[in-house]
Parts: sequence; structure tokens; C-alpha cells
Amino acid sequence: MTNIDHEFHNDDFQFAHSAGEKLVDKNYSATSYFKDVWTNFKKNRGALVGAIIIIFLIFMAIVGPNMNSYTYKQIHGGQECLVPRIPGIEKIGIFDGYHNGVNQYAEKDAADVYYWFGSDTQGRDIWTRVWSGTRVSLIIALAAVVIDIVIGMVYGLISGFFGGMVDSIMQRFAEILNGIPTLVIVTLLGMVLPAGITSIIFALMLTGWIGMERIARAQVLKVKEQEFVLASRTLGASKFRIIFSEILPNILGQVIVTSMFSIPNAIFLEAYLSFLGLGVPAPMASLGSLVSDGYKSMTTFPHILIIPVIVMAVLMLCFNLFADGLRDAFDPKMINK
Amino acid sequence: MKKYILKRVLISLATLFVILLVLFILMDLMPGTPFNDEKLTEAQKALLYAKYGLDKPLITRFFLYAKNMLKGDLGVSYAINKNFAVSEMVKDRLGISLAVGGMAMLIGTILGLILGILAALNHNSWIDNLCSAISVIGVSIPSYVCALLLCYFIAYKLGWLPILYNVEQPFVSLILPAIALSVSPTANIARFTRSEMIDVLNSDYILLVQSKGVKNWKMIFSHVLRNTLIPVITVMGPILVNLLTGSSVIEKIFGIPGIGRLMITAIQENDYNVTIACAFVYSVMYIVVMLFVDILYGVIDPRIRIAKEDK
Repeated sequence: MTNIDHEFHNDDFQFAHSAGEKLVDKNYSATSYFKDVWTNFKKNRGALVGAIIIIFLIFMAIVGPNMNSYTYKQIHGGQECLVPRIPGIEKIGIFDGYHNGVNQYAEKDAADVYYWFGSDTQGRDIWTRVWSGTRVSLIIALAAVVIDIVIGMVYGLISGFFGGMVDSIMQRFAEILNGIPTLVIVTLLGMVLPAGITSIIFALMLTGWIGMERIARAQVLKVKEQEFVLASRTLGASKFRIIFSEILPNILGQVIVTSMFSIPNAIFLEAYLSFLGLGVPAPMASLGSLVSDGYKSMTTFPHILIIPVIVMAVLMLCFNLFADGLRDAFDPKMINK
Repeated sequence: MKKYILKRVLISLATLFVILLVLFILMDLMPGTPFNDEKLTEAQKALLYAKYGLDKPLITRFFLYAKNMLKGDLGVSYAINKNFAVSEMVKDRLGISLAVGGMAMLIGTILGLILGILAALNHNSWIDNLCSAISVIGVSIPSYVCALLLCYFIAYKLGWLPILYNVEQPFVSLILPAIALSVSPTANIARFTRSEMIDVLNSDYILLVQSKGVKNWKMIFSHVLRNTLIPVITVMGPILVNLLTGSSVIEKIFGIPGIGRLMITAIQENDYNVTIACAFVYSVMYIVVMLFVDILYGVIDPRIRIAKEDK
């Protein structure tokens, strides 16, 4: 055993603690809640792309209708159903105004006229109509959602905070309202009310707030038993103050996420109403009304249908991606799920 | 549990009553009359109103209607199909709507489960990303947009399936509408299955099963899937309900003589009784499904049952 047949060299050994292996305490600066959310959100590429496209679409909805000389209700006789033609790009063979091998623009005596997205069956510029339609759809969706937030959040806060009898009555009422199928009530209201943006918003908000109310109530129930609320109460804060400055900031994240999910829903319901002919009144355009107009000439001039369909689908997709990312960012437990 | 079920049934009945009342009031507020013929004089119109009992006050009409409804009599149509019993009209069309909805739900459930399970088993791989992408797109795009696209590309451009409903080949004509309707259930079920299954796969009891050396496929079928499917069943109710109410536009696009299209026609023609009947049938389906799901929750998952009994 003592007979060791090996010579040791200097480089056989290493110091146990080389510089790189030293333990260094890492200190993180405290981040605020919303900064944390932003850091988490940035990691989600899909959501980031969604957010950028939403910003782009909102920008186009504001600027797009004024980018050329047409207006959304201007009718150009003799220039109906022209396919898209964009200056510059037409040279590479797409968007060059050819339909079934014929240059429609030359045929209709409009050789130097450009409709970037083509024109519809009444000779209106689709570019202008699509972007003003996006504007109308977004206004309807945002207004409906903001009203939902206000009604739903206040209802949920009150119901959850006071509990007991108040809660029971308010919940039964919400349950009965929730039992009415949304599409049915929205359809019927769309018929009763005069056509217009306000009526659509009203129809959408009538049952839209219930989802928000549930989330708000569940969150309140969770938060109101926590110590900081007790502390605030012990210090003699009024109920009003506890609800709005203690509980509300803590449930805001969930409320924002829920509202983001209801935007695509509102856009869908608006489009549904338009499809039934209960949407915005005639010369005005919304994404839904453009789709239902385009549907009538789908087989002959598909571009009238396809363009608003793409804008609507992209808009809804991006809102969904954005809301998904936001939810994950607000609730780190959801990441990688 | 019995108390809970009784409470739920009572709330459902109350809801149905309120819905009927709301429908009646809305109908009353609606502009226009079902008798829009310009040749009719005021006196003739008054006679028609008296004949159909429309001259009576709202509340009398409501209770009369409710009483008749319990006997299965939904009144007669005023405009679409004069003096034809509404219950017959609804009965004829309900079957076809349910067939489309059922087919869509079947396709959606099967595809959704497959996508969700594949995604969860290959968590964080390209398969997972692909399945997630499909389900986000499916959730985002409204069913009627899918219907229009399918209609244009598959039915019109390729000519594989009929564009409009054909009475002689009911099954073939229902394939496209069913696919269009199934997109959103597929996406929803896939999403839910995936997140549930990932939860189950990460749980301690699965680790135990693995450490016992149970074969992989056996573990998945008899441990993972069972625990995944219970929560999935519970979300199928709301999905089914969305699908049923969303089908009216699909019926319009494909020209299917279902209850949704009947409702749209009735709305456009101011045919009160038919509109109320269709809206009410939708509400009944909605409430029955919701009630069923709520009770099912309790039956399948003991945790929920106990929580509800405590309430």
C-alpha cells in the first residue's frame, strides 16, 4: 500500500477556489410593480410584435383615411370594382390593376387613377374605407370596454367588499343577466335601437361587464383579507378610501388583462351585428360592414372581401397576443405554461 | 349537493322567465309592425291586431303567451309563413342546426384534444410552438371569417364541396359549415388541454408513477389523460354555447335552413312570434347547457362539490 508508483507534478493540482468560482453576492435594485411587468412583457416576443402591430393599426386608423384624396363616402361613377393598384409596386407585377389578364384601369378610362386597395361595388376607395372602418371598429370596441371596466369593476368591488346580503343580491342579479345569451340580446337591442355607433356600444356594454365584475369580485375577496387592508382599517380609513386606494390598485392588473381580452370580443360582436345588417348606418364603414359588403361580391371581386378580412383578423390576433403577454407579465406564475 | 342542484334549477327557471319578459318588452319597443302591406287601411290593421290579440296590453299578452308556451304552443307566424304554427317551424329547423353544431363540436373536441396533448407532450419544442400558434390564430379569427375564406377557397376556387346548402346531399353540404364552426372550439380546447396537461405532468404523483417505472404510454393514458380531461370537460359547456349562438351567421353564409337563419329572417320581417321563439330556444339551450355543466362540475370534481356545499 505504501508503494506509490507515481510522481506528482505542480500542475496536477489546482487551487480549490479560483477567482472565477468565488461566490459573489448579487444585489438587485428594487423594481416597481409596473416596471417588473414591463420586463416580463418584453421577454414575450409574440406579445411585443402584437403590441407593435396594434400601435401601427391604430396609427393607420387615425392617419390612413387622410392619406389620399378620396373620402369614405365619395362615389365614383364608372370606377366600380377596380382591383388594387399601387404606384411603384405595379411595375413588379402585383397590385397592377390587372383582373383576369385585363387592365381594368385602362378599360374603364382611368389610366392614371390609383386605388391602393381597389374600389368597391359603388366606386368608393377601399383604402380609405378600410382605415376609417378600423377607426369605427376600434372606437366601438374601446368605448364598450372602458364602460365595461367602469361598471364591472365598481359592481365587483362593491359586491366583493361588502359581502353578505348585498353580495347575494348583486350576484343573483348578475347571474340572471349572465344567463341571457349575449348574441341574442345584442341582436335584439340592435334591432330596437336606432342604427348608430352609440346604440352598438350600448348593446355591447349591457352584458359585457359581467365577466369583468366576476374577476373584480374574486380579486377583491382575495385582497380584502390581507394585512395591509386590516392595517389601513385599524388606522381609521373610510370604506371609500379602503376600496379605492387600498384594494383597487392591487386588482388593477387583472382588470387590465381582462379588458384586453374583451376588446377582440367587442370587435367580433360589432362585426356580427354588421353582418346581420344591424351595424353602423349605410355610408359609414366599420370592419364588420366592409366584410359583409364584400361577401356579396365574393366570387367575382374577392379583393373587396379579403382586405377588410385580413385587417380584422390581424387586429384580433394582435389583441389576443398582446393580452396573452400581458397576462403572463402580470402573473409570473403563468410564464412557460 | 341536492340543495345546490335545486338552487341552480330555480335560478335557471327564474332566468328563463326574465329572458322571456325582456324579449317581450324588446319586441314591443321594436319599430315597424308585422303587417307592412301599404294596401292595408288603418281599420284593417286594427282588425288584424285584434285577430292576433296584439291590441291587448303587454302584460296580458305576456302571460297568455307564457301559458300557451307551457302547452307547447308558440303562437302563429305573422309574416314569414302566415298563420303557420311557430312551434312547427322551429321544430323543423332545430334538427339541422343541432346537426351542424354537433358535428362542429365533435371535430373541435377531437382536433383540440390531439393538438393540446401533442403540444403538452412536446413542451417547449417546435411542435408545441406550432400547436400554440394554431390555437392563438383559431381563438382570434371569428368563425364567420373562416367560413367566408373556406367558402371562397375550398368551395368556389377548388369546387370540392358545395357553396350553398343542398337538400339532396345534406351531409356533404354540412361539412364546410361544421369545419368553419369548429375552428374556435378546436383552439379553445387545445389551449386548455395543453395548460392542464403541463400542470399534471409536473405534478408529484406523476413523478411517483415515473419512479415506479410505469411504461410511458401507460402513464399517459391511465394517469395523465384522466386527470387532464376532467377540467377540460367543464370548459366544453361554455364552448358549446358559444358555438350554438355563433352559428346563425354561418347558417346565413351557407344558406342552411336552420334556426339561426330563421331568426335573422324573422328579425328582418318583424315577425314577433318567430323572433321570440327563436331567441327563446337559443336561451333555453344556453341555460340548459350551463346548468348541466355546473352540476357536472360538482359530480366530477369532489373539491368543487365540497366548496359549493359549504357555501
